[in-house]
Amino acid sequence: MAGTSQQTRVDIGSALSKLAIGTYIIWLRDLKRFFRDRTRLIGSFAQPLIYLFLLGTGLQSAFSLFGSGETKYITFMYPGIVCMTILFTSMFSAISLIWDRQFGFLKEMMVAPIPRSSIALGKVFGGGTTALFQGFILLLFMPLAGIGYSVEKILGMLLVMFILAMGLTSLGVLVASRMRSFEGFPIVMNFLVMPMFFLSGAFFPLQNLPRWMNVLTKINPMSYAVDAMRGVALKGIAITSGGLAINIPSPPPELLGNPQFTSWLSQVQASIPQMPQLKTQYYPLGFDLLIVVAIGVVLTLLAVWRFNKQE
Amino acid sequence: MSAIIEVTDLVKKYGDLEAVKGISFEVELGEIFGFLGPNGAGKTTTISILCTLLSPTHGTAKLDGWDVTAERDRVRESIGLVFQDPSLDERLTARENLEFHAYAYRVPREERDKRIQEVLGMVELLDRQEDRVETFSGGMKRRLEIARGLLHYPKVLFLDEPTIGLDPQTRNSIWEYIRELKEKHSITIFLTTHYMDEAENCDRIAIIDYGRIIALDTPEALKSQVGGDIIKISTANNEEAEQVLLKDFEVTMIQERDCLCFEVPDAANFIPSFIKAFPVAINSISMHRPTLDDVFLKLTGREIRDEEAGGIDKMRAFARAWRPTGRR
Repeated sequence: MAGTSQQTRVDIGSALSKLAIGTYIIWLRDLKRFFRDRTRLIGSFAQPLIYLFLLGTGLQSAFSLFGSGETKYITFMYPGIVCMTILFTSMFSAISLIWDRQFGFLKEMMVAPIPRSSIALGKVFGGGTTALFQGFILLLFMPLAGIGYSVEKILGMLLVMFILAMGLTSLGVLVASRMRSFEGFPIVMNFLVMPMFFLSGAFFPLQNLPRWMNVLTKINPMSYAVDAMRGVALKGIAITSGGLAINIPSPPPELLGNPQFTSWLSQVQASIPQMPQLKTQYYPLGFDLLIVVAIGVVLTLLAVWRFNKQE
Repeated sequence: MSAIIEVTDLVKKYGDLEAVKGISFEVELGEIFGFLGPNGAGKTTTISILCTLLSPTHGTAKLDGWDVTAERDRVRESIGLVFQDPSLDERLTARENLEFHAYAYRVPREERDKRIQEVLGMVELLDRQEDRVETFSGGMKRRLEIARGLLHYPKVLFLDEPTIGLDPQTRNSIWEYIRELKEKHSITIFLTTHYMDEAENCDRIAIIDYGRIIALDTPEALKSQVGGDIIKISTANNEEAEQVLLKDFEVTMIQERDCLCFEVPDAANFIPSFIKAFPVAINSISMHRPTLDDVFLKLTGREIRDEEAGGIDKMRAFARAWRPTGRR
């Protein structure tokens, strides 16, 4: 009896060490490939910068109409762009599975005496790490977006990035394990990645939206990641001051003594719509993180399960 | 000799399609065993089952006593694999590819470097180990894959079409490595091929067609099934020569226009004494030994078909054309 239980313990131990080794080598390979691919490296942080500075500057005037006060659109958008970068990097990194399948290296991994789970896990960690690296580069541009550095902000943002990246890479692995060729890739981009991005609140506040869109943004996990990221990054920065949509210049003081004028003025003021008070964060940070982590864990488990099932 | 691979009633179905229709065979320890057959005959399916990449629909396969479905990891540790299509990571260097493999197969840390150098030396790639695989020629990649397959000292090395798409010179050198492995390292080699001439290098051959093994023997024995060697002569007087042949040499004549053809069991020994003793002046003489092509033709009634590049190769060429340049 004692022999059997010891045997089981040895089996579990060796299974775990195989899982760890497998995950490690696949993670290591992904990192080597990432840092070696200069086009991917440059592209990966050129893209967010283009979005940030071109779109950020271009949409500034429209954003001012919201009564954003002193806060610039680029500041509002910056946390969203960080999330976007994580989204794209993670998905692409998982999609490399299809590449591995086409170019045969997946076979070398599949036939090795390592658990299948470790292949999926290695990919998930690999995607998480590369995304984290890119997020880190983006942090360098934080002051240009009008956000000051603080240890708290940087650590908080890195944490959100990492959690988000792991979940999204899992989603990517899940998708990639069902795909045999690159032909399905544009479909994934157009019907999964882009909607997730647009409905996440990265570009516009998720307020006063039509009902259907509101529902979609609520079921989009990215919304919670963007919410968390914005909450952490823009802590202490108000995006809007609220107030009236049009600033009425102060009337000459002598007119204020005239009761007819003051009653007219209050009528005018009442007829001007109030600007919505835009919020930096809609939910408590803990709630956001809980949702992102929970969905991430479910996706990782699904990805591992799905990957184990394929031949 | 004992069997290292035992296959019993193996069946593999893909939906309605039966790719392997109940085959049984054994591979002896230390031999070069060839699986010969046209494309689509079921060779790769069988090899994939033996390598635990596919599960059989029915039947069993054992490798070194381990069941390929129940004890996958044991089987995987005992085999080396060279796939039909390249399976190297081209962005990594030769040594990094081998390091990945060494970790995956848990080659002890202190052995890793030594073995990597050893197998690289075996396939003469020591000086290219720090180069990325994408700069390698087709033959070099194949050699590197063979080296990788040997890194964890497998009992059996599987080679799926090891020389496909390589030039004749490279093909020959690959075969030299394969023979050397058998002779110097006494590794059992299981290979598939659809090249008849290469199958001659095997100790034993199983001919597979439409998912069934239709013959299994040594190349010599298979060829002797077809019949003896064929000698073709032309003489100053063919009619007289034919009479002499039938009367004095007791050979089987084969009808053919313009020249005399006949079959003998062993032409190499027959010809010298025949020339000395034959009374009619001989203008020319040629001999044809049966090849495995003749065996296949006799067994199936058709020539082995050699098909053009498959879908994967085309896809690969396409993807290569689309990859960003300037990374080298």
